[in-house]
Amino acid sequence: MRLRAVRRRRQTLFRWVVVGLTGLFFALPLLGMAEFTTRAPGGGRTLQTWATLFNVTAVDADYPELRTGLLASAGLVLLTVAIMLVMLVPTMTWVRLRMPGMRRTIEFICLLPLTIPAIVLVVGLAPVYAWVAYFLGESSLWLAFAYVVLVLPYAYRALDAGLSAIDVVTLAEAARSLGAGWPTVMWRVILPNVRTAVLSASFLSVALVLGEFTIANLFSRDNLQVAINLLGKRDSSLATAAALTALILAFVVLFALSFVGAGRRSHQPDEN
Amino acid sequence: MGALLGVLPFFAYTTIFLLVPTLVVVVGAFLDGNSRPTLANLSALSQPQIVSAFSRSVLLSAVTAVLGAVFGALLAYAVSTAREGGTLRRMMTSLCGVLAQFGGVTLAFAFVATVGFQGFLTLWLQKAGIDLAGSTWLYEPDKGLMLVYTYFQIPLMLIVFLPAVEGLRPQWREAAESLGGSTWDYWRHVGGPILAPSFIGATLLLFTNAFSAYATAAALISSGSPIIPLQIGGTLSSEVILGQENIGKAMALGMVAVVAVVMTLYAVLERRTTRWLGR
Repeated sequence: MRLRAVRRRRQTLFRWVVVGLTGLFFALPLLGMAEFTTRAPGGGRTLQTWATLFNVTAVDADYPELRTGLLASAGLVLLTVAIMLVMLVPTMTWVRLRMPGMRRTIEFICLLPLTIPAIVLVVGLAPVYAWVAYFLGESSLWLAFAYVVLVLPYAYRALDAGLSAIDVVTLAEAARSLGAGWPTVMWRVILPNVRTAVLSASFLSVALVLGEFTIANLFSRDNLQVAINLLGKRDSSLATAAALTALILAFVVLFALSFVGAGRRSHQPDEN
Repeated sequence: MGALLGVLPFFAYTTIFLLVPTLVVVVGAFLDGNSRPTLANLSALSQPQIVSAFSRSVLLSAVTAVLGAVFGALLAYAVSTAREGGTLRRMMTSLCGVLAQFGGVTLAFAFVATVGFQGFLTLWLQKAGIDLAGSTWLYEPDKGLMLVYTYFQIPLMLIVFLPAVEGLRPQWREAAESLGGSTWDYWRHVGGPILAPSFIGATLLLFTNAFSAYATAAALISSGSPIIPLQIGGTLSSEVILGQENIGKAMALGMVAVVAVVMTLYAVLERRTTRWLGR
């Protein structure tokens, strides 16, 4: 018993030293951003940059690129999550119900983007996007088609975990024998049961889309990161403040996600 | 037949936006400007600036993968000793999730604001007599880029490696102790060998992560294309010499080949790992 107490004390010490040191390494650049955005021209501190950033009318008038970027990213988040869910949830459910032999193929395709760097995807997507521009126009919103491919592996894993935790076949058969059509089965039986998986797939997609730069930049479209990068050449203080805000926003999204996951774990025992 | 109809939308979508782009790269790498088959693009990969960009990319990815893996594994173990579902663990995993995935432009700004010419650490160290502003070290792939890449590799390691460390059962530790083993014996004969495959696997994953990264370098480096993703980006955005339009695709194919080899090794190791740590 004494041995274990000594070990536990040593472990706690080790934990705080390691977490403290890496925490410091992680914090320094973030502190650097905070410090940089609060510099006053003659030395000293000012919150002027932050006041400008949160002054909607001023940003609207003086920094139109930030507004377009923000709006484009908001639209991209919604469209990406919508396409991802509408495509993946029914397909994955259907495969489990009717064609289990297809599961490995679907998994392979969904995980394939992990081996294709975004920059390579850009090279290959160039002709595809020439067609997209021809049929649908040049809007930044259509980047969502490529973003769905980027989020595919993460969304697949989250949804697969969710669907594995419930008995899809029995649930669907029960609903069908009570006279439900396939849309009802999807919407009122499967979807409520994989709520947390859907949420976590969506949150991951949101974080990924908010941080995407490569594809938008090389196709010369607008999104938040492209706008921030562009703004950096004109007003580096404001651009740094915007970048830090986006980072904090993404942290809040993922922190919220960690509670969603915990909710699922505590429910599992009564489901099994 | 009816069942096949249900998966049709998925296959149609992934064909257009995943398989066609892949084929464009693979086929385009073997075509010249007039769409005739050629091997010229592949042999163009032996141009000195492309070879050195490739080797710089590999070196950058390898070094940051090892650094990230070592420090990230220590961090993952430290975090795993904290209470499950506690605030420390939640905070660290969320923070690492953001720092690993969210890099790019934000990280470039963060490092310029910290150790750039006017960065606060640079100014502090100047007062202490250490001059960081004297060179362009932050913008060089074997110095500054390595630091910035390590910054997003450590958090990724935590995310990938934490599940493996969590799979270590306390009973194993207790068994080793009751047989008279010290902490060193435990790590040498039990913990180390069990974690080794997932550690190597995670290191490989980190390698591909750094190898594929474009945004951070693009936002940080404004002139020249020292690493391969920037070279490829350059062939897309600038005028390319006539007859060499598809060299970008050949370079892209080269990247995919490297990543595919590394990911295959990763998959093999992953299968080994699940034998012991399957939860």
